[in-house]
Amino acid sequence: MKRGLNVALAVAIAAAASAARADITIGVTLSATGPAASLGIPERNTFELLPQSIDGQKINWVILDDASDTTKAVTNTRKLITEDKADVIIGSTVTPNSLAMVDVVADAKLPMISMAASGRIVDPSNPRTYWVFKTPQSDTLMADAIAVSMKANGVRTMGYIGFADAYGESWLAEMRNSLKTAGIEIVAAEKYNRNDTSVTGQVLKLIAAHPDAILIGASGTPAATPQKELVARGYKGKIYQTHGVANADFLRVVGKDGNGTLLPSGPMLVYEQLPDSNPLKKSDATYVTQYEKRFGTRSTFGGHAWDAWQLLAQAIPKALAKAKPGTPEFRAALRDGLETANVVGVHGVFVMTPHDHNGLDNRGRVMVKIEDGKWVLQK
Amino acid sequence: MDLSIAALLAQDGITNGAIYALLALALVMVFAVTRVILVPSGELLTIGALTLAAFDQGHVPGTVRLVAGAAVLAGVIEAVRRARRGEGRRALAGAALWAGIPLALAALAAWMGPRKLPLAAEVAMALALTGALGPLTWKIVFEPIADASVLVLLIVAVAVHFVLTGLALYFFGAEGSRTPPFSSASFDIGALRVSVQSLLVLATSALAIAALALFFGRTLYGKALHATSVNRLGARLCGISPDFAGALSFALAAVLCAFCGVLIGPITTLYYDSGFIISLKGFVGAIIGGLASYPLAAAGSLFVGLIEAFSSFWASAYKEVIVFTLIIPVLLWRSLVTHHHEEDE
Repeated sequence: MKRGLNVALAVAIAAAASAARADITIGVTLSATGPAASLGIPERNTFELLPQSIDGQKINWVILDDASDTTKAVTNTRKLITEDKADVIIGSTVTPNSLAMVDVVADAKLPMISMAASGRIVDPSNPRTYWVFKTPQSDTLMADAIAVSMKANGVRTMGYIGFADAYGESWLAEMRNSLKTAGIEIVAAEKYNRNDTSVTGQVLKLIAAHPDAILIGASGTPAATPQKELVARGYKGKIYQTHGVANADFLRVVGKDGNGTLLPSGPMLVYEQLPDSNPLKKSDATYVTQYEKRFGTRSTFGGHAWDAWQLLAQAIPKALAKAKPGTPEFRAALRDGLETANVVGVHGVFVMTPHDHNGLDNRGRVMVKIEDGKWVLQK
Repeated sequence: MDLSIAALLAQDGITNGAIYALLALALVMVFAVTRVILVPSGELLTIGALTLAAFDQGHVPGTVRLVAGAAVLAGVIEAVRRARRGEGRRALAGAALWAGIPLALAALAAWMGPRKLPLAAEVAMALALTGALGPLTWKIVFEPIADASVLVLLIVAVAVHFVLTGLALYFFGAEGSRTPPFSSASFDIGALRVSVQSLLVLATSALAIAALALFFGRTLYGKALHATSVNRLGARLCGISPDFAGALSFALAAVLCAFCGVLIGPITTLYYDSGFIISLKGFVGAIIGGLASYPLAAAGSLFVGLIEAFSSFWASAYKEVIVFTLIIPVLLWRSLVTHHHEEDE
């Protein structure tokens, strides 16, 4: 409650200040409550670590919660643009919200940096994404990592169980593509819901198809439900998870049933185990130390927020040289700055181009294995 | 599908169905006595389970602060209400009663938090704490509008559901928890592996249903509740306080819901917002019983559990659709076989 008041106060002061001077205004909408809260909360925490000024120019942070709701995310975006006169929007946490916001920022002509996974948010064939960038690795990049690992482990057939929503569907679609090149066949595909109390039916059907490996296309602790059921029903093949489970809560809930599970992840999760030659090791250490000192265990989702700021920190000085904050020229210059950004973030090395508004490559992913409640980097 | 898979699915469906049955009983009871459809029953379920999970991890559960806050609020409301009626001295006594008992419970729970007592004590405390939320909700929210129409009560109940979901997020955080199983043992009957935990769920559900039947059939308080549900005005004329009946039924319902949470906690991961969909399934069961019959509601809930298990095998993507579509033929059937009578108000 007290924090809510503080935020409200900060917003009020920020609004008063922005009326007086032309500061840079960064509008953020994220999902700090609702189903995606476990992703949105570390993002919100991360914004509290970020600086209040750059190059002597004051920054107004206006941070709103969209409750994981698409309509609310669009309303927030409109409010940030019209009332707070934002120069750039960061958000939202989840794919459906971010996709809905694309049209709003394209109409208002200001840059947006999404913290959601789907590659469709920055689809270069859609002219509306001219203003849109994103920091998390796309599903395609991660699905590809799983396919490569499966092939290396001699997997011939795969079973799939995923969320009955956009997350599960898009993972299944990505895997179909990646597996085709790897020559692996999908023999069963099942769906379940985040809040299901039992997945016995789906798991029995999967096991009956005898796949060499099973991928669980789910995020956060709900991904533990099928995993625990698979182990309880005596499934002996390899179990793969997506990077959506890369947080400490998943380890807590899955317990010893998680042993041996493989998943792709951003390098941040296991940065201590990276070789010293890896450029990410230093930037990861900087962020994770700061975050863990104030908020406890790291979350890779917070890293997406940090990366969004790293991109801006490079683009803002370039834009300041061209125009004053609060003007359409500044927003256009900021967009151009983002499109040419070349930044070592915490999730990978971002090399933005007009055709790639995500900019991550293979350096943005590693394979990780769960061993006795710990993440272990796979070489 | 072979026989062993069918048997496994049936076992799974009956276990879940037993939980829905308990929820359905709570819904039917509260509706009969107070005409409130207990939409927040799912939240009480999750709060019960998450409280136990917090005890298990050696934390002081957020429920302590929640109950303490609600207790103070209820005490103030009771004092003001009585003072307005000119019952000066009893105002203090009423406030002390409404605020005192839950506060004492909360204090005891706070003391227990870091101390890892035996599981039975933790379960009892989780039930008591969550149970206290029942009468407190009644006192703060429903008692002042106890005579409103069913529709108003329903809308308020939906509001309470949202408030409790929000509070649960605030107090327990966004991530889910599991509670330790009472027993991780299992044994084989032929090809079928039966876990002791699911047998425990069944046995305790059956026990709870029997206890409820005994309570309503044999005890004075049970009969008073039953009388209120049959005829509120008549019960009042006989000296039964409808306010007391309301508070008692809410307390029982809250304990039942929390009990469901404790039962289901080891089987599945529960989140602050998991309860709603579980309580909706209990609601479908209760509707099959016409929101009036306990045995029919229990049977209906078992049926819902079985349908859910088998549809998750055949068509997992449409599982919820199948379960909730069930309510349409049921409503059709009920509207054909029962005589519709207007509510007298």
